[in-house]
Amino acid sequence: MQSHFNKYFVRLLEYKGKELLSKYGVKIPRGAVISRVEDVSVLSTFKFPLYAKAQVPFAGRAKMGLVRRVDTLKDAENAARDYLGRVVQDYPIRKVLFEEGVSVAKELYVSITLDRENRGYLMLASAEGGVDIEEIARRSPEKIIRLYIDDYEGLRDYMVRSVARKLGLEGTAAQDFVTVVKAMYRVFTEYDAELVEINPLALTTDGQLVAIDVKVMIDDNALYRHPDISVEDSDYTMEELEARKYGLHYVELTGYVGIMANGAGLTMATMDLVKEFGHEPADFLDIGGGASKDSVREGLKILLHDDRVKAVLINIFGGITRCDEVARGVVEALSEVKTNKPIFIRLKGTNEEEGRKILAEVGIKVYETAEEAMEALSKALRSMQG
Amino acid sequence: MAILVNENTRVLVQGITGREGSRHTQYMLQYGTKILAGVTPGKGGQSVHGVPVFDTVEEALRKFPEINTSIIFVPAQFAADSVYEAIDAGIKLIVIITEHIPIHDTLRFVNYAKRRGVTIIGPNCPGVVSPLKSKVGILPNHIYTKSGPVGIVSRSGTLTYEISYHLTQAGIGQSTVVGVGGDPIVGTDMVEVIKMFEEDPETKYIVVIGEIGGTMEERVAQYIGSGKVTKPVVAYIAGRTAPPGKRMGHAGAIVSMGMGSYESKVRAFQEVNVPVARTPTEVVKLIKKLMP
Repeated sequence: MQSHFNKYFVRLLEYKGKELLSKYGVKIPRGAVISRVEDVSVLSTFKFPLYAKAQVPFAGRAKMGLVRRVDTLKDAENAARDYLGRVVQDYPIRKVLFEEGVSVAKELYVSITLDRENRGYLMLASAEGGVDIEEIARRSPEKIIRLYIDDYEGLRDYMVRSVARKLGLEGTAAQDFVTVVKAMYRVFTEYDAELVEINPLALTTDGQLVAIDVKVMIDDNALYRHPDISVEDSDYTMEELEARKYGLHYVELTGYVGIMANGAGLTMATMDLVKEFGHEPADFLDIGGGASKDSVREGLKILLHDDRVKAVLINIFGGITRCDEVARGVVEALSEVKTNKPIFIRLKGTNEEEGRKILAEVGIKVYETAEEAMEALSKALRSMQG
Repeated sequence: MAILVNENTRVLVQGITGREGSRHTQYMLQYGTKILAGVTPGKGGQSVHGVPVFDTVEEALRKFPEINTSIIFVPAQFAADSVYEAIDAGIKLIVIITEHIPIHDTLRFVNYAKRRGVTIIGPNCPGVVSPLKSKVGILPNHIYTKSGPVGIVSRSGTLTYEISYHLTQAGIGQSTVVGVGGDPIVGTDMVEVIKMFEEDPETKYIVVIGEIGGTMEERVAQYIGSGKVTKPVVAYIAGRTAPPGKRMGHAGAIVSMGMGSYESKVRAFQEVNVPVARTPTEVVKLIKKLMP
């Protein structure tokens, strides 16, 4: 489990996940993905009705009206026009997947994920797929089959056969299940995945196993070795991609105190401190370890350009991050952006003295502790109101 | 005493000629760490701050067989290879500073190390310091000026510095400070470090610095609840005011069964009578309360 303050995994769009699984032998509904309205013409050879699924990287699509049935080519065109370019939860819809319907007899759940505690992999399966699996886990955990997979020994057929039996699969469906799970395992290990999930995995009325919806999450740090995966097919928003260029980790919050710190832990502790003083953080901005002055400058500019931000709190405890580099970035940002927002800085650690000197030259005071800086910030906010 | 590193620690720096490797070699030397050699493939024969550089770990160990610890600064894409090289050369303690190592790589080399009896700290960690004895890491030198009774184990680098700084300022020294690393899978987890602190006669109090996400803190609380920790423990958890994550994997949520939130972690600690500080500075007050 992760909070979005430490992004490690990117979620692939459904169509991309299906493409990877299908490459290794998982059956998926016949379909096509389009990114321009005029491309719906490719659907003319398909068997209508089709299902139009807007490609967004989050759950609850159907409830948001982002999945709909289309009966004619004209309908399909309207759906494409409606979805493409729309922005939902900060995410611009760039692609729509059209798929033929599947005649479902039974819906299963199956996934492979990292088992952090036991430092291995874990397969989860349930005969009650299609619904919210977390809900089943809470209500009746016995309905979820768990299988630990040793990373060194790998996945063996008999393990999957035994899970298939427990799911009530027989004959060719049981054999097909082995094919499906082995394909999932290949995607999981070859693509540096944190999660490969098929939910639902449909058992069709003619006895086939078909992946109706899939969720694949890939290690952000391993994207470099998968040139066939584009960040455009992931859940990165434009702002995040921009921040990522400078190694920044930015999350917008609802308050008015701009926050910049180094390391996810200290940045969260800084948010907690702002709240402890009765104020609301406007953001979470972690400049990471060993940030350059360019990263600091760009990060601070995000805060200075943000109209909601009334004052800025910078909290740095340098280890691999050097305080002088941070100070240079701050000075550069202030020379580029005219601002009357008060900035309160706490600098400690590596090259602290040099950092203080650089800031002193432009008349910025450096505080000893985060509490002292926050106290001064509170005072400034009070006088702004008064 | 102390754990993991002490006056007998003899260090090899892998990735010594890189920007961070070279800089922190200098800082560690200034701290008094005994660094005998460095390795960067293709740079053998050079020297960095007076430390001889070799092309391979094998050569470095042939020249300095007393090396017992390696610290790795090698960039993420090549880090796994360096870890295997250190394990295969017979080094028993490896501290990995490098961040952004792919998690599947980490999982494999961590399990490989376990099968060979090698301890890995990290990746994505600040390292280990036993004040006034040795530092194998990137923690700022000027904070760690006093040895004493508090053992610190942490998931976060900068928060560790913050809390150590306040302890030192208050005149309370540390036995050993261990940053286990911020990645979802690490070589040595908090429970394993707490077991070491329990065995260490110098450590009298234990500080656990955690953050939201994952289940490591809950497992620490469970372990304390089993009665195997006799030393008093104080905790701090960052992320009290963080809005719930929007990118939690479903399968991940099933595995953790509701654990991972701030409330879950605090409840787990309270159930085993471990006080949880609301701010980093409050840790000092809680430790002082425990002291005679």
